[in-house]
Amino acid sequence: MKIVLEHLTKQFPARGRKSRESVTAVDNFNFEIPDGQLIGLLGPSGCGKSTTLNMICGLEKPTDGRILFGEEDVTNLPPENRGVGMVFQNYALYPHLTVKQNILFPLQNLKGKDKLSKDEMDRRVQNAAQLVQITELMDRRPSELSGGQQQRVAIARALVKMPRVLLLDEPLSNLDARLRLQTREEIRKIQRATKITTVFVTHDQEEAMSISDMIVVMKSGVVQQIGKPQDVYDSPVNLFVARFLGTPPINVFEGEIRGQKLYIGENAILDAPGISDQQVFAGIRPEGFVLDKNGPLCCQLGGVEVMGRDISVVSSHAASQAPAIRSIISSESSIDLSSKTIRFAVKPNKIFLFGRETEERIYL
Amino acid sequence: MNKRNLKGWLYLLPAILFLGVFMVYPLIDVFIYSFEEGYNSASQTYYGTGAYNYSYVLHDPYFLQAIKNTFLLVIITVPLSTLLALLISVALSSIKALKKLYQTIYFLPYVTNTLAVGLVFMILFKKTAYSDGLVNLVLQLFGRGPVDFIDGPYWAKMLVLCIYTIWIVMPFKVLILTSALASVNQNYYNAARVDGTSRFRIFVRITLPMISPTVFYLIITGFIGAFKAYSDAVALFGTDLNAAGMNTIVGYVYDMLYGNGGGYPSYASAAAIILFVIVLTITCINLLVSRKHVYYS
Repeated sequence: MKIVLEHLTKQFPARGRKSRESVTAVDNFNFEIPDGQLIGLLGPSGCGKSTTLNMICGLEKPTDGRILFGEEDVTNLPPENRGVGMVFQNYALYPHLTVKQNILFPLQNLKGKDKLSKDEMDRRVQNAAQLVQITELMDRRPSELSGGQQQRVAIARALVKMPRVLLLDEPLSNLDARLRLQTREEIRKIQRATKITTVFVTHDQEEAMSISDMIVVMKSGVVQQIGKPQDVYDSPVNLFVARFLGTPPINVFEGEIRGQKLYIGENAILDAPGISDQQVFAGIRPEGFVLDKNGPLCCQLGGVEVMGRDISVVSSHAASQAPAIRSIISSESSIDLSSKTIRFAVKPNKIFLFGRETEERIYL
Repeated sequence: MNKRNLKGWLYLLPAILFLGVFMVYPLIDVFIYSFEEGYNSASQTYYGTGAYNYSYVLHDPYFLQAIKNTFLLVIITVPLSTLLALLISVALSSIKALKKLYQTIYFLPYVTNTLAVGLVFMILFKKTAYSDGLVNLVLQLFGRGPVDFIDGPYWAKMLVLCIYTIWIVMPFKVLILTSALASVNQNYYNAARVDGTSRFRIFVRITLPMISPTVFYLIITGFIGAFKAYSDAVALFGTDLNAAGMNTIVGYVYDMLYGNGGGYPSYASAAAIILFVIVLTITCINLLVSRKHVYYS
């Protein structure tokens, strides 16, 4: 089922005496989610990603715009008539019911011609439980489960009614780091197996990048960029997106275009043909640095962090916005730690230019 | 006993002292009195020991009337007041406009003086030389003859007592239940909505189990409170409750101690112990039943 969002807008009315202006949580969101894809809504907290999810779910009514599932306009349908399954951030498993009763709950709500026989219900519950591998936990209460197991039960409960669309709100934020890795693979696998169009919300860029077919980066209610994770990472449209994606984060320098060359500090780093003289921000991905004794970028060496496969060189530069510059270098390279400075060359495809005022990308 | 233990007991001492002097000692004393025949508190003498006091009390028609009244009161008011309180709190939590105002109005009876409320009920129900009372006026509109609710037939008096009791105990229950309802995480309701759960089913399968500890607490304290009813009957029917046929067990105990013919601490003690046993039994039954139906997170 493809999902079409047309001019989707949500404004919350002003509350209390302090703020008289209404808050725009989501501003003119347009997107067509292709059938059977896994979409990550990504952004810092307060960017409107959860509100968007709630509007797709039907828990929030859009102020403006339309939502279509396939060809059907569901904008004014209540959530129960949309055929959506939702996994809440804290899972919202009913604590007084067993795992089995929790998964059964949505099926028992069906009435009239949709009503299922008891055997059919049992079969569906078993199938959903098998899919998320919790068949041996069926008689336990949620409080007797680990975070990861609760998460699976919540997914099973959302899947058991065979929804047209699966929605997940911060599905991994309550799990510890190791479980997070495992569970996100799990979600990916389940989504592949069921082929249900899935939208999930996260503030963790790594999470979104690793399992999404497409990511949507949002900021203050406005969509910044939509695309395949690698494309967005390789070609961010503005400084916000560039900063938001990638660990360690991109290194941002204050630079200047003079005579069609990019200068950071005194040295020309890069050719910038056809770009007029102006002040810019230059963002360099950590993996964009190459050790080079004659490189144009000269930094003060701070130290080295060993990360196993790679090493991370920590240095500083007067033009850098952050106090520390992190560059990822293969651990085979040797670094003279006694030296005070370190010189880099820069891979041209790993450096992005942004207008100093607009913070919009300047394409080379 | 090591030093830390000693310190602990020292901190507990004031409470233990007070509880011991004003609760444990009297309890034991009452138990002893109840087996001493014809105990006289002035001369501190008695004729003999045995179960005679119990036999007397259990054969006293006034006591049997008091037992009947008390049980009727408990059986009618506890379920009704809890159910009504539940309905009102659910209604209160589902409205937005004027919520605070309604909450205040429903809570007012709780802070109103019992005797002032009694006076209001007099105006509503009492038949005087000048008026038959407000309720009778309404009844007459429907062509029903005036009923004397205060001095009339037994069912009428019991009806007034029950209405009065329910009206007195409900505000507290509404208050507690409203806050219990507010504490249920909204996410459960959202999840239920997405799954297309009907409002009735949400209430029965989600809300009720979530607030079951509170409901259970109200039922237990409601039972105990209703068994100990006394002042409500006095407010409506005056101090001579035996004559009105509206005495309660606690009223009977009081009358035996200080009432008109008073001065029978032995009978009073026996009646008090019987009440204690009844309340204990009911509470134990409640606890047993609750194990199955109350969910504690």
